[in-house]
Amino acid sequence: MSQYMLLVYEEELDPAEQAEREKVTPLLLELHAGLREAGLLVGVQRLHSTGSATSVRMRDGETEIVDGPFAVTKEVLAGYYVLECADLDEALEQAARLPMVRWGTVEVRPVMPPGEWLSTARRAGVDLSDEDVRNLA
Amino acid sequence: MSGGVEPADAVSAAAARAFHEERAIVLATLIRQAGDFQLAEDAVQDAFEAAVTAWRRDGVPANPGAWITTAARRRAIDRLRRDRSMADRAERLAELTRVDARHEEPSMDDGSAIVDDRLRLIFTCCHPALEMPARVALTLRALGGLTTGEIARAFLVAEPTMGKRIVRAKRKIADAHIPYRVPADKELPERLRGVLRVVYLIFNEGYAATEGDRLVRGELCDEALRLGELLRVLMPDDAEVWGLLALMLLHDARRAARVDPSGRYVALDAQDRALWDHGRIREGLASLERAVRLRRPGEYQLQAAITALQMQAPDAESTDWAQIAELYGALAALNPSPVVELNRAVAVGLASGASAGLELLEPLLGEPALERYQPLHAAHAELLSRAGDAEGAARAYRRAIALTANAVERAELERRLAALR
Repeated sequence: MSQYMLLVYEEELDPAEQAEREKVTPLLLELHAGLREAGLLVGVQRLHSTGSATSVRMRDGETEIVDGPFAVTKEVLAGYYVLECADLDEALEQAARLPMVRWGTVEVRPVMPPGEWLSTARRAGVDLSDEDVRNLA
Repeated sequence: MSGGVEPADAVSAAAARAFHEERAIVLATLIRQAGDFQLAEDAVQDAFEAAVTAWRRDGVPANPGAWITTAARRRAIDRLRRDRSMADRAERLAELTRVDARHEEPSMDDGSAIVDDRLRLIFTCCHPALEMPARVALTLRALGGLTTGEIARAFLVAEPTMGKRIVRAKRKIADAHIPYRVPADKELPERLRGVLRVVYLIFNEGYAATEGDRLVRGELCDEALRLGELLRVLMPDDAEVWGLLALMLLHDARRAARVDPSGRYVALDAQDRALWDHGRIREGLASLERAVRLRRPGEYQLQAAITALQMQAPDAESTDWAQIAELYGALAALNPSPVVELNRAVAVGLASGASAGLELLEPLLGEPALERYQPLHAAHAELLSRAGDAEGAARAYRRAIALTANAVERAELERRLAALR
């Protein structure tokens, strides 16, 4: 089994149009219950709109705080799922069942297992113990 | 056969034959056992390199394929023992050593195990989560045994670019856990269509293009035919598998006649039919017949049927254009595209008269996808000329001439334009 993050991207709409989309909520409830029952659902979150986003970065030692998302694009990150799936085919199949694919895009990304994170850092010459894996992820 | 030391060239020949005949089979099985594409490929490569030295020393083994299988598996075990960073290293080692201890060799004559592994390999290489050029390259490398350099030359891409494309695809297979299996029944038809598209793309790349290394391009056609035949053996109940094979065989039968001695393209109705490969045509027609008997029409079968009708008629005049028009109609219903509509209009124009053809062609003149498509304007000119509108025909010929970059085509269009008056 491997974990996949399903990143839900969609266009942000005005309130009237958004209200129309909210009508899929009962369908989502049913989907989430099904995923949970099948033991596939690790986590799911919906995000506030990018109007509430703040971006932070440090350049030349100065912390910059900027109003807005990292990138201004038509479709923005609106939420995510973490699913436990047998392989990519299963993750893609679950992604295709989300109603958001009808108007937005769902990007499926494999989650790097903590052990692989540890060995990747070790290969780069970082001195880490086997126990450190628990604090990585 | 073993025992005596073979002369060096016999050993090289045996290794080359084993590479040609067994590499894909050995690789397909080892990918499943080792659980990693790259590891399996490296190990198989090691095994073939070791074979030449070992066979020179000990003689060529009775069953070279089994020798390579065992050697490749042991190389994979060695590589896993050395590389501590591999994900799931312990499980893979356990699986490989278990197989090694049991001597689980799929026997080369039976087999469902081999069939399954090669199908798994094809479906993984052609997985829709990989970009199309990577699917083509992986298929040619893993199943065709072409080198990265050969694939790069065939697709007119720099070798490092092609190398990166292949490495990236193999990384994605590993990181995203693209499964190594034949898709379940409900997704199989869709996924098989994707596989057939990759094979046909490989064939067309070799057949249609006019630039690039001609020798390598011929190899692409041969490789696509080999893949088509492999799919026919592995999936004999699928009508489109037979249909694609028929289509490729019928096109390929004309390979020698498509280019004149000075290297210029020759259109179908001007080809010297004595240069056609008639054995290949018979094979193509037999495959088409098998496909039709399965009673599941599809786009490759329809295209093969159209090609067969054009080839069976002794000349353009006696071709059964009415039936070709009907087949294009079926093709358009199955897979609508402006180019199919254009071909249908041309066939109708030849079957039922120029005005019937014009009626179908004229709506296509507003099609943005065809705006700069030379054959549309050439066909329009031809139909207008036959309908008696010399002025309109001249305009359409000039438009077609302006759109062609090919000198032979331009000369032919100019000849037709001059013949109008």
